[in-house]
Amino acid sequence: MSNAVIIKDAVKKYGDFIALKGVSLDIKEGEFFTLLGPSGCGKTTLLRQIAGFNSIEGGDFYFGDKRINAVPAHKRDIGMVFQNYAIFPHLTVEENVAYGLKARNVPKAEIGPRVKEALELVQIAHLSKRKPSELSGGQQQRVALARAFVIEPSVLLMDEPLSNLDAKLRVQMRTVIKKLQRKLGITTIYVTHDQEEALAISDRIAVMKDGVIMQIGTPTEIYAKPQNPFVAGFIGVSNFLDCSVEEGGVVDIHGQLKIKVPTKKDYVGPAKLSARPEQLFFSEEGLPGEVMFSTFLGDFIEYEVKLADGQSLIVNEYTKDTTEVHEAGEKVFLNFDPTRISVYEAESEEVITC
Amino acid sequence: MLKRKNTTIPFYMDPWFWVKLMVFVIFAVFLVWPFSSIITNAFKSTKVAGFTMRNFERFFTKKYYYGALWNSVGISLVPSIFAVVLGVPMAYLMTRYNVWGKKIWHVLAILSLMSPPFLGAYAWIMLFGRSGSITTFLANYGITIPTIYGFGGISTVLTLKLYPYIYMYTSGAMESIDSSLEECAENLGSGKLRRFFTVTMPVVTPSITAGALVVFMSALADFGTPMLLGGSEFRTLPVLIYNEYLSETGGNGNLASAISIIIVIITLVMLLVQKSYVGRRNYIMSALRPPKENEVHGFKRFLVTLPVFLISFISFLPQIVVCASSFQHTNYSSFTGGFTFENYQNLGARLWTSLGNTFSYSLIAMVFIVLIGILMSYAIVRKKGKTGGILDMLLMAPYVIPGSVLGLCYIVTFNVKPLILTGTAAIIIISYIIRKLPYTVRSASAFLLQMDPSVEEASINLGVPPMKTFWKVTARLMLPGVFSGAILSWVTCINELSCSIMLSSGHNNTLTIEAYTNIVRNSVGSGAALSAILTLTSGLILIIALRITKGKIRV
Repeated sequence: MSNAVIIKDAVKKYGDFIALKGVSLDIKEGEFFTLLGPSGCGKTTLLRQIAGFNSIEGGDFYFGDKRINAVPAHKRDIGMVFQNYAIFPHLTVEENVAYGLKARNVPKAEIGPRVKEALELVQIAHLSKRKPSELSGGQQQRVALARAFVIEPSVLLMDEPLSNLDAKLRVQMRTVIKKLQRKLGITTIYVTHDQEEALAISDRIAVMKDGVIMQIGTPTEIYAKPQNPFVAGFIGVSNFLDCSVEEGGVVDIHGQLKIKVPTKKDYVGPAKLSARPEQLFFSEEGLPGEVMFSTFLGDFIEYEVKLADGQSLIVNEYTKDTTEVHEAGEKVFLNFDPTRISVYEAESEEVITC
Repeated sequence: MLKRKNTTIPFYMDPWFWVKLMVFVIFAVFLVWPFSSIITNAFKSTKVAGFTMRNFERFFTKKYYYGALWNSVGISLVPSIFAVVLGVPMAYLMTRYNVWGKKIWHVLAILSLMSPPFLGAYAWIMLFGRSGSITTFLANYGITIPTIYGFGGISTVLTLKLYPYIYMYTSGAMESIDSSLEECAENLGSGKLRRFFTVTMPVVTPSITAGALVVFMSALADFGTPMLLGGSEFRTLPVLIYNEYLSETGGNGNLASAISIIIVIITLVMLLVQKSYVGRRNYIMSALRPPKENEVHGFKRFLVTLPVFLISFISFLPQIVVCASSFQHTNYSSFTGGFTFENYQNLGARLWTSLGNTFSYSLIAMVFIVLIGILMSYAIVRKKGKTGGILDMLLMAPYVIPGSVLGLCYIVTFNVKPLILTGTAAIIIISYIIRKLPYTVRSASAFLLQMDPSVEEASINLGVPPMKTFWKVTARLMLPGVFSGAILSWVTCINELSCSIMLSSGHNNTLTIEAYTNIVRNSVGSGAALSAILTLTSGLILIIALRITKGKIRV
C-alpha cells in the first residue's frame, strides 16, 4: 500500500541551531520525490525525521491521513536505503532481505518466494547465499534496495544511496532504481546533493538551502524557471547580471541593452538576471564584449566573454548552429532570448518573470 | 495552537536510562562509596577524636613507612625503564624481520604477562634462593652469587614479567607506521640507524610511554613478588597495606587507608605526567601501506632471532621451572629431585575446593562483565548524553586503584552495616567485576566505534524495535570485541591475588590464593603443584583464545 506523504512546517533544532525552519511538502502517492541541496541544507535531517530517527521539534508529518509524529521508527512501515547500505554483515544476502519480513511475522512459506522475487528484480538472485563481505559495492547496493522494498512499505526513503559508487555504476544504478520505482509504484523520497542525478531520476524535486525549501517543481521547471538566484546557480550553470527593470517589463542591462520580458508582477527598480550559457547568443548588436577564451567541445563550443565592466559570462553555441568559431580577442555583441531568462528583484530575490 | 505529542518519549520509558542508572548504582555502591570511606578513614584515628593528620604524620616520619614509599617507587620505575630496553628492540625485530618462530615468541610473551603474579618470584627462589638449586650447585665450587632478595631481585622479576606490555604496545604502533614515512627518510639520505632514531622512535614514543605507564602501575600494585622476595627488610606499599590491615584487625585500618591514598596519588601523578607528555605529541597514523617485513637469511636470520628468543625464553622460564619442580620429591621445605606425582596426590580436597572456587567465581564474574560490558560500552559510545563523561571517568578507576587498595576499601566498608559482605564469595566476585569490567568495556567500545550506526537503524526501520535490535544485531556484532576483552579479563581474574587475598576467608580461597599461601608456608611441593595447575589452566585458556581471535589479542 503506497501512501501520500504530507509534511507541515517541519522544524528541527540542535540546541540553538535551527536545522529546519518550517518545511512543508506535499508528496503524491507513487511519486518519486527528491530532496536536493548542498551539504548542511537539512535534506538528510528531514529524511531522518520522516524515518523516525530524528526527533521532531515542530510540525506535523502524515502518511496518507495518519499522523506519524509519535509513531516509533520501527512501526512506521518505511523502507529505507542508507548511504553506506547498512547491510547486516553477519547475515547472508537472502537473510538480509528476509529480515524485515520475519520482523513482520510473514508466514515462512511466503518469505522464501518473496525474497527470491525481490532478488530477481535487482538481478542478484545468484548471490543469495553469499555474505556481504563477498559482494562488490554495486551488489551491496542492490541487496539494500531489495531489503527495503521487499516489505512493501508505504514509503521508500533513500539517503544518498549512490554516493559511494563509482561514476559509471552510479549512472547504471540510477536507472535500476528509477525503473524499479516505476514498476512498484512506491512513494519514494530520495536525498541527494548531485543535481544531475536529481534531474535524471525524479518526478519532482525540492531544492533546499539552510533549512528552507527554495523551490519545488519538476526537473524541467526547476531547470528552465528557477524561482530564485540560488536555484539558478545550484542547478546547472547560470550567468548572473545586475540590471534594472523599467515600466512594462523592460529590462535595462548596463544601459547598453534593453529587452522586454514577460512578467507576472509589476516591479520597477534594481534587479538581477540569470541566463543559462545556451540562452545567450552572438548578435549584430547588444552587450559589447571580448572573447577571452574558446573551448571546442564537439557538439558545442564554450566561450568566455568579458564585458566592458570586467565581468565574464559563459556562452555556449551549438556546433550545428554555426559555421565559424570566434577567436580569443574578437569583439562581439551578446543578446538574450527574452522568454528564457529569469529576472529577480534585487532586494528580495523574488522572481518577476513568468 | 494545540501542542500535540511529538516523538520525544519520557526518560523513564527509555531502556538506556535504566542501563545507565544501573551502571551508576553499581559503581556508586562498589567503588565510590568504598573509596570515599577509606578517604574519611585515613583522616581518623583510634587515638584522637575527629579529623586528624596523624596517620600521614606517622607515615612520613617513620622510616619503616616512608622507606616503603621509596622502595615502591624504585621497584616501579626501574622495571619500567628495563622493560623498555627489552620490549622496544623485540618489537622492532618482530615487526621488521622474518624472525624464526615468530608466533611462538609472541605467545610466550603473552603467557608470561598473564602468569600468576608470584610465579616469577617463586621460580627465582627455587633457582637462586638461599637453598635454590643453582645456588647450592655453585656453592659446592665455592662460588657465591648476589642475593636475589630485595630491590635487585624484585626489579628483575617484575621486568621479565611486565616487558611484554612494552613489546605489544610498541609493535602495535610500529605496524601502523606508513612505510612511505621511513622510505621518505631514507630517500632524504638517512641511514638505517639514523632513520630509526629520527623517524621511527619519535613516532612510536607515545605508545612506549603508554606501555611504560602500564608497567609502572602494575609493578607498583604488585603484591606477590615483593611479598616473596622482599623478606622482612624490603617492604613496598601494597605489602604495608596488607600487613597493617592484618595487625590492625578489629581496628578500622586508618593507617592502611592513609597508605592506600598515597599509592593512588602516585598512580594518578604518573598517569597525568604520561597524558600531558603524549598530549603534546600525538602522531596518530593509519598505515595505508604497513611496513613490510625484511627477508633475511642464514646467519643474519639467526642474529635477529637470538635476542627475541632469549628475552621471551627467560621470561617464560619460571613457568617451566615451576611445572618441572612440581614433579620432584620434597623434604619439608626443599625439593630433593626424582620424579613423582605425590605433590599432586597430597593436595586432595584443597585442590578441588580451590579449583571450584576459581572457576565458579571467575565465570560468574565473566557473565556479569560480558553483559554489563556490552550494555555499558553501548551507552558510552552511542547514548553518550550528559553522563557519558562520568561513565568514562569511572572506567579509569581500576587503572589507578591497585588491588590491595580496593580490597582494603571493601573490608572497611562492607564489614559493617548496612551491607555486610566480608567473608562471602560475593565480595570476591564483585571485586573481579569492578576491576576487570573496564578492560572489556574498552575493547567493546573500540569495536563499536568502528561499527556503522546505520546498521542498527536499518534493523529498526525494517520493523524490529530498538531494544530487540540491540540484542539481535548490535550485541551480536559486538561479541568478538567483547570476547577478546573478556577472555583476558577471565585469565587475569583466575590469577588475581592482591585483592582477593584480603577478601578471602579461608574457605573461599581460589587456586591462586591457595598456591600463594602454600608457598609462603614453605610447603613447596603443594605450592609448586598448585602453581603448575594454575599456569597450565591460564595457558590453555590463552592459547584457545589466541586460536579463536587469530592471534589478535590486545592487552
